[in-house]
Amino acid sequence: MNKVVKIDIDGLECIANSDQYIIEAARENGIYIPTLCNYPGVKPKGGCRICTVRVNGKQMTACTTPVSDGMRIENNTEELINLRKSIVELLLVEGNHFCPSCEKSGNCELQALAYRFGIMAPRFPYLFPVRKVDASHPKIIKDQNRCILCKRCIRAITDEKGRSVFAYRRRSSRVEVVVDSKLGKQLTDELAQKAMDVCPVGSILVKEKGFITPIGERKYDKNPIGSDIENITITKR
Amino acid sequence: MSKPIVATTSLAGCFGCHMSVLDIDDRILELIELVEFNKSPINDIKKFTKKCDIGLIEGGCANSENVHVLKDFREHCKILISLGECAIMGGLPAMRNGIPVRECLEEAYLNGLTVAGNTGKIIPNDPELPMLLDKVYPCHEVVKIDYFLPGCPPRADLIWDALVALITGDEMKLPYEVIKFD
Repeated sequence: MNKVVKIDIDGLECIANSDQYIIEAARENGIYIPTLCNYPGVKPKGGCRICTVRVNGKQMTACTTPVSDGMRIENNTEELINLRKSIVELLLVEGNHFCPSCEKSGNCELQALAYRFGIMAPRFPYLFPVRKVDASHPKIIKDQNRCILCKRCIRAITDEKGRSVFAYRRRSSRVEVVVDSKLGKQLTDELAQKAMDVCPVGSILVKEKGFITPIGERKYDKNPIGSDIENITITKR
Repeated sequence: MSKPIVATTSLAGCFGCHMSVLDIDDRILELIELVEFNKSPINDIKKFTKKCDIGLIEGGCANSENVHVLKDFREHCKILISLGECAIMGGLPAMRNGIPVRECLEEAYLNGLTVAGNTGKIIPNDPELPMLLDKVYPCHEVVKIDYFLPGCPPRADLIWDALVALITGDEMKLPYEVIKFD
């Protein structure tokens, strides 16, 4: 049964519903918890670990932990910010993220998190993995160089029967997200656009739609990621 | 007190970062008052004539000459700054990193659609020419780099603020709009 609970985030008392995850409750209270794999309305995965918070002293992912009454949550501590920053740096060196030539630059959440954390250059050596670009689909391009394996597309893009259009292929370090060869054929223009929007990086692109927004007007050109959440007027708290 | 000395170079870059240095507009007159330039394409001084305080490096390391110049800069400059995405992560030249060097050369000199006149099917291999490295390397993976200024190119305001902060010893302003990777 739903009930109203009180939680404490960084010393601020917040009101939440007991059926909410920490990340949702925080968002409604005007507190931004950074994340890459979480997407509103899509089943959480807890994959990227960027939303890691301390709940009653223990590290938990805010996107998969439901709130409970009296929870004490640490979010903006030096330790957690450092941890999140390291994950973003690891993701930047693990793939081939050539921002200057990327269609998603300026609208990319990975890049936006790097900006938010003030990353000037990653502290880790670049791996430059050899990966393919699959442009065989008539509507979309799947660039494996940029994929961060967050599974957002697999969870969010489904047909009317609930079957995923995207899927994991292979295992371990060779794992990659591919378009299902049968379901992919029926991909509508709307779903293709949704797939591009859901992708936090530039790994899924709708053909002939790159570089549509001019530099200076893109999503994260002027305002950091999360500032929309932090700037809302709080009525609930 | 003598003025701090600045040197600049472009390794595997497109000179866009140097263009962005010029993009500080009339502040360049102020800059001339603040610093003295040594080895740099801006004044066409080819060789270091003295020890420098600040070295600005544009571009990553794609060949043996880039490595040589970068090491020379490290020797002569107290502070080295990676200027722009190519210096920081290899940038667009590093897009060849997944392709074997032989294939790159064959594409450029033998098989490319725009190749014309190479009737002898020659891939240039004179000892005078710098050798291509197996990959394009970020500068900080070759020598110690002290500061990084990202951007493609880094915004003129970022370059200006960084130089002024270094010279005056003041804390650097880092507004959100000036740090971009593109």
